[in-house]
Amino acid sequence: MAEDTSTKEYWRWTESNWHDPDIDWQGGDIIAAGVDVGSVSSQAVITVDGKLYAYSNMRTGSDSPKSAENAMDWALEDTGLTQDDIQYVVGTGYGRVNVPFAKRAITEIACHARGANYMYGPTIKTVLDMGGQDCKAIRVDEKGKVVSFLMNDKCAAGTGRGMEVFADLLGVHITKVGELSLQVEEEPPMVSSTCVVFAKSEASGLLREGWPKEKVLAAYCLAMAHRVVGLLERLGIEEDFAITGGIAKNIGIVSRIEKELGIKALKPTLDTQIAGALGGALFADALVKKERKGK
Amino acid sequence: MVTAGIDVGAKNVKVVIQEDGKVLGKGQVTSGLDTTSDIKEALDAALAEAGLTRDKIEKTYATGAGRKEVKDADDEYTEVGADAAGATFLFSSARTVIDVGAEEGRAIKVGEDGKVIDFAINERCAAGAGAFTEAMARALEVPLTELGPLSLTSSKAVPMNAQCAVFAESEVVSLVHQKTERQDIARAVHDAMASRITSMARRVGVEPEVCLIGGVAKNPGFVDSLERDLEVKVLIPEDPEFVSALGAALLAAGVVKR
Repeated sequence: MAEDTSTKEYWRWTESNWHDPDIDWQGGDIIAAGVDVGSVSSQAVITVDGKLYAYSNMRTGSDSPKSAENAMDWALEDTGLTQDDIQYVVGTGYGRVNVPFAKRAITEIACHARGANYMYGPTIKTVLDMGGQDCKAIRVDEKGKVVSFLMNDKCAAGTGRGMEVFADLLGVHITKVGELSLQVEEEPPMVSSTCVVFAKSEASGLLREGWPKEKVLAAYCLAMAHRVVGLLERLGIEEDFAITGGIAKNIGIVSRIEKELGIKALKPTLDTQIAGALGGALFADALVKKERKGK
Repeated sequence: MVTAGIDVGAKNVKVVIQEDGKVLGKGQVTSGLDTTSDIKEALDAALAEAGLTRDKIEKTYATGAGRKEVKDADDEYTEVGADAAGATFLFSSARTVIDVGAEEGRAIKVGEDGKVIDFAINERCAAGAGAFTEAMARALEVPLTELGPLSLTSSKAVPMNAQCAVFAESEVVSLVHQKTERQDIARAVHDAMASRITSMARRVGVEPEVCLIGGVAKNPGFVDSLERDLEVKVLIPEDPEFVSALGAALLAAGVVKR
């Protein structure tokens, strides 16, 4: 595990890696991987015969190829697998063209839809991916194929990066932000601007007015929730509904989205940040099968 | 009459002390968490420069986004009103006043009498404010004060696709990785911001003369891009970041009437 620096850097979420000890990859037929290089975090997922076997989840560095390399190495750690054992790698995310060992790049929209279908099953119809710098609302069919989508391609307001700034300024660890934001007796008015660049002055302005931390966080969570609800409503929501990405771990935002929509999101069973990489790995698995058929 | 104008902006507190239209002292403090003490500090700096004590100030007017924080002000004015008063006092020929501050951009149309006819404000988005150039300077690893001069050495217009400062930061990083010349990136940053300001100004109608105020007016790279985009030369006062505070002080004195 990474060194715990959480006492100094409040924005720093816990990086992690994991593998399933019950799966024997040596007995597997197809070993595939997906690497999702996002603006804030990177993940690598390895599947054995279309089943999740191992993953890593870490912060993206300034160098995309290196971040992809690091994520892959960490996912492989302690598994006995090497990169050479992986038959097909799909790159996805913001830095997908910069995954040096990927055979193919697939958009994160397609990968998140596919990953969510694996995580939540074929009943999932609407996926909201809330990442570091963007939000995507995606309608999927029962096979995990994208039907339609909307994303914030013009403005990063209300994304994870802003929440990191808030956590840092308030001295509240990012993993505690959601819970703390719910400890208000009544909901405050939402912040007027969710611009990531203005997050710092927005938060300090409210603190200056004497607002307690939980109220400031509640106001920001509310505004973020309101923004993505607008996106979802434009797309049209059909249940089942689920949220992926890092913000899915923030109960303060998730519960406010649910409240405004009047719809509950499915409870995640896996790390919500790996949905994109998982989808990539599943595509890679399918591509190996297709190649074999072609031969 | 000796009066003070206090402009509590998003990033800095600015104070101007004037007598009969002549500036006696100025003070500026970057805002921290305690606005009351920042206001006092900026006021003390202006008093020191003027060589005056506080009791000599007969009237104080406040302006800026945080103007309510000036507890002992005699009155307050909107930023738009103070901008127009200050700018038209300095340049009576100004018909369009553009104020680009740290977090807000404003375009104000004024009449021959200096009265506000119409205005447009961008306050929700960093793409048309000083915070944008700050973020880009960070991404380019160039000190903010050098970003403007650097961009003036560019002879090539590189298009910038992103509007949002957050996305633009990523774009700047990829331009650096693609080995685009730093001066060309600096110019792209200023061109992008100027185009945001121009489209805001066109909403009220750009009528010459155009006066540019606010801290960003001190960035020659931005000024160059804005003049190219607006297709007019702009008038810039000596201390563009103090114009709003000056306007408030002049309104307090009745030198400028509204």
